[in-house]
Amino acid sequence: MGDILGLVGKRLGLGLIILLVISIIIFFMVELLPGDIAQAVLGQGATEENLRALREEMGLNQPAIVRYLDWLRGAVMFDFGNSIVTGESVANTISERFINTLFLAAYAAMIAVPVSIVLGVLVALLRNSIFDRVANVVSLSFISSPEFFLGYILILYFAVKWSMFPAIASLSNDMSFLELLQRAFLPALTLVLVVMAHMMRMTRAAIINLLASPYIEMARLKGTPPWKVIVRHALPNAWAPIINVVALNLAYLITGVVLVEVVFVYPGIGQALVDAVSKRDFPVVQACCLIFAATFILLNLAADVGAILTNPRLRHPK
Amino acid sequence: MTTNTILMKRLAEAARHGKVSRRSFMSTAIAAGMTASAATGLWTGSARAEPKRGGTFKVGMHDGNSSDTHDPGQYVSRQQIYLAHQYRSYLTMIESDGTLGPDLATEWSANDTASVWTFSLNPNASFHSGRPVMAKDVVASLNHHRGETTSAAKALLTTVTDVQADGDHTVVVTLENGIADLPWLMTDYHMAICPANDDGSIDWESGDGSGPYKIDDGEWGVGWKLSRHDGWHGTGAYFDKVEMLVLNDPNARQTALVTGEVDAVSLIDLKTSALLQRDPNIVVENVPSAAAITMPMFCDTAPYDNVDVRNALKLAMNRDEIIEKIAFGAATKGNDFHHSPAMPYWPDDIPQRDYDPDQAKSLLKKAGAEGLSVSISTADSLFSGAVDMCVLYAEHAKAAGIDVKVVREPNDGYYSEVWLKKSFCAVSWGARPTPDVMYSLAYKSDAAWNESHWQNERFNELLVKAKAELNNELRAEMYREMAMLSRDDGGTIIPMFNNFVYARRKNVMRGEHLAASWEIDGARAPSRWWFDG
Repeated sequence: MGDILGLVGKRLGLGLIILLVISIIIFFMVELLPGDIAQAVLGQGATEENLRALREEMGLNQPAIVRYLDWLRGAVMFDFGNSIVTGESVANTISERFINTLFLAAYAAMIAVPVSIVLGVLVALLRNSIFDRVANVVSLSFISSPEFFLGYILILYFAVKWSMFPAIASLSNDMSFLELLQRAFLPALTLVLVVMAHMMRMTRAAIINLLASPYIEMARLKGTPPWKVIVRHALPNAWAPIINVVALNLAYLITGVVLVEVVFVYPGIGQALVDAVSKRDFPVVQACCLIFAATFILLNLAADVGAILTNPRLRHPK
Repeated sequence: MTTNTILMKRLAEAARHGKVSRRSFMSTAIAAGMTASAATGLWTGSARAEPKRGGTFKVGMHDGNSSDTHDPGQYVSRQQIYLAHQYRSYLTMIESDGTLGPDLATEWSANDTASVWTFSLNPNASFHSGRPVMAKDVVASLNHHRGETTSAAKALLTTVTDVQADGDHTVVVTLENGIADLPWLMTDYHMAICPANDDGSIDWESGDGSGPYKIDDGEWGVGWKLSRHDGWHGTGAYFDKVEMLVLNDPNARQTALVTGEVDAVSLIDLKTSALLQRDPNIVVENVPSAAAITMPMFCDTAPYDNVDVRNALKLAMNRDEIIEKIAFGAATKGNDFHHSPAMPYWPDDIPQRDYDPDQAKSLLKKAGAEGLSVSISTADSLFSGAVDMCVLYAEHAKAAGIDVKVVREPNDGYYSEVWLKKSFCAVSWGARPTPDVMYSLAYKSDAAWNESHWQNERFNELLVKAKAELNNELRAEMYREMAMLSRDDGGTIIPMFNNFVYARRKNVMRGEHLAASWEIDGARAPSRWWFDG
């Protein structure tokens, strides 16, 4: 077990360095955008005098490097500063949005992961049958259409024509959990459709890949029924690639939902990020991007740990 | 007396859905054999039934950001502006019929030179926290935009030298130069009255106000829940509760309206408005506004420094086709002076400038500028179809022998990098309440935003004169002359004034008129509209 802890420690350290690099890149990319935050806040109606006063108030007169270091000093103490525009702390500004995003991602993952793995096993079992072909074509067409298009199609049928689910997923604090599930169903379903194909096809490919191995042949020869060959003998060895794909898709559920949020007016973190970028609100942009980056780093780490745990051979590299 | 009952029934139905005005209702009813008093009774009684109280009015609005704030000096998005008209009050308001009416101020008057204005406050007005609205609150709220301030409304109040409370319910505003329009300026969305702190600043952070609805809960960029402020000083506020949802995506907004998730939306996509109109449950409103599309050219830069060239460029535009193809009919034709029919003092007798490539050609010949080639900057984000409009214009201009190159600029930073910097560009202007505000802002010779660098002595002289003129007829005459000057000498092409196009569900009732200052009845639909039955 010690070697895994060592790996986790090493990877976390590396992750921190990556985060630092990302924060530098993001800061200077925001700096490069035309116009500045004072102009973005005051809009078309600003005069030179206003802009000067507002820049003063926001501390934009200092050189960029000083502002970055100021931010970094706070960030290492987990103080991500205040939004320049609203003056509210970044943590307050995005925490509720982030929880909403996590809720939607979890909702979608709860459906997508089991369904696609089970489907993957089924199509591997019934490979080259009509069922396999149909499942492939359908899931591939979902993944090939843009999310917003899928979203509109779902809205058209489930909301406008059949009135089963609300067209907009605006949440409020006084909703019960069931209501939340109902409200967020269409955006969750859109995400499910988008990520399913990838996971299902990887499961199928990983299993079929193993079916040619001699030990599977052996299992077959001793008369094990086909479903058992796959679930008991092939699947345990196929976990590593499947876990990798699942982790990547989970990360996508958190970071790639901006379009879905816009289409369904879901109050998630993607919308907050877009607003912050258009206002050049650097601390909020930075916090959102770091959350996204950390999500990727942690999920990748989790995937590697998962792969090692399911495959003891990986623990003893030659 | 015999009355055509079927006709009357139809008429009453039309009136109830706001399809006939009171005047045509009355004349039709009388023509159908009713007496005037009976017709009046029918109008107020059965047809335009008294507004009913109750219900939760949900409105989906466009243009809302997570980074918006309650600071009235930094109001910029529709979310802030619409919300401000619910939870805060102003001194005066633009009524649905376009006249100026009272809000917090019940009366106002000026001295002879319009340089000292006295506003009397409504003694019944109160903040949601319970405290009455006093003169000191008004003083602090106006001062928020003066002196060392980050307020975007500073330019409106530069000539104000002093704001004083005279007792608890009177405010005296002293100006350096007279402004006859001051009560109109008080309707500007930045001029919201907030509670004063002891040090003379305002408490804008708490979101307390004296408007018809108080905020119960909400989040910027997501939506707001409000409930009626029982002590409100005005008339209206028929709904018990109001919910304002930020629905930035046009499709989400329209779907929400179609499926009944919301009762009204503040903007609909012009491309699909014809389809939306087919839905029997939805009423689309199309209201001429004072918002404008302008195309300023620098009058001090060649080739635009020649008035004949400027007028040739104005004549080379087929405005009818632009309105039909770019605005889908939802616009009012521009006439190259920035004064819309939705503003007071609009001169209705100025000849319309139409597409005339031949005359444009001869003007260019006169100016010795045949084979003129110009570049116009534009960007998609200005308004829907902004680039297409310029491309269409380039096609029109070809017939006049002018080569217009359309330069598509980045959306981001258009107003900081292109506007006021490039010698010919497209601009989208929000509505301003009066011609004086508009002209002072963008046409006065020394205005920071004189987007066409236009210098005209007579125009500037008239502008100053009209500003302090309290006689309405004389003022209207001056604005007429100024309109002619900017039309024939100015450097701005005005293709059109874009209409406000928004929609409500059929069970939402409205009054006879719709204000032209903002979408959804001057942003006051929640306090002016009501549910039918």
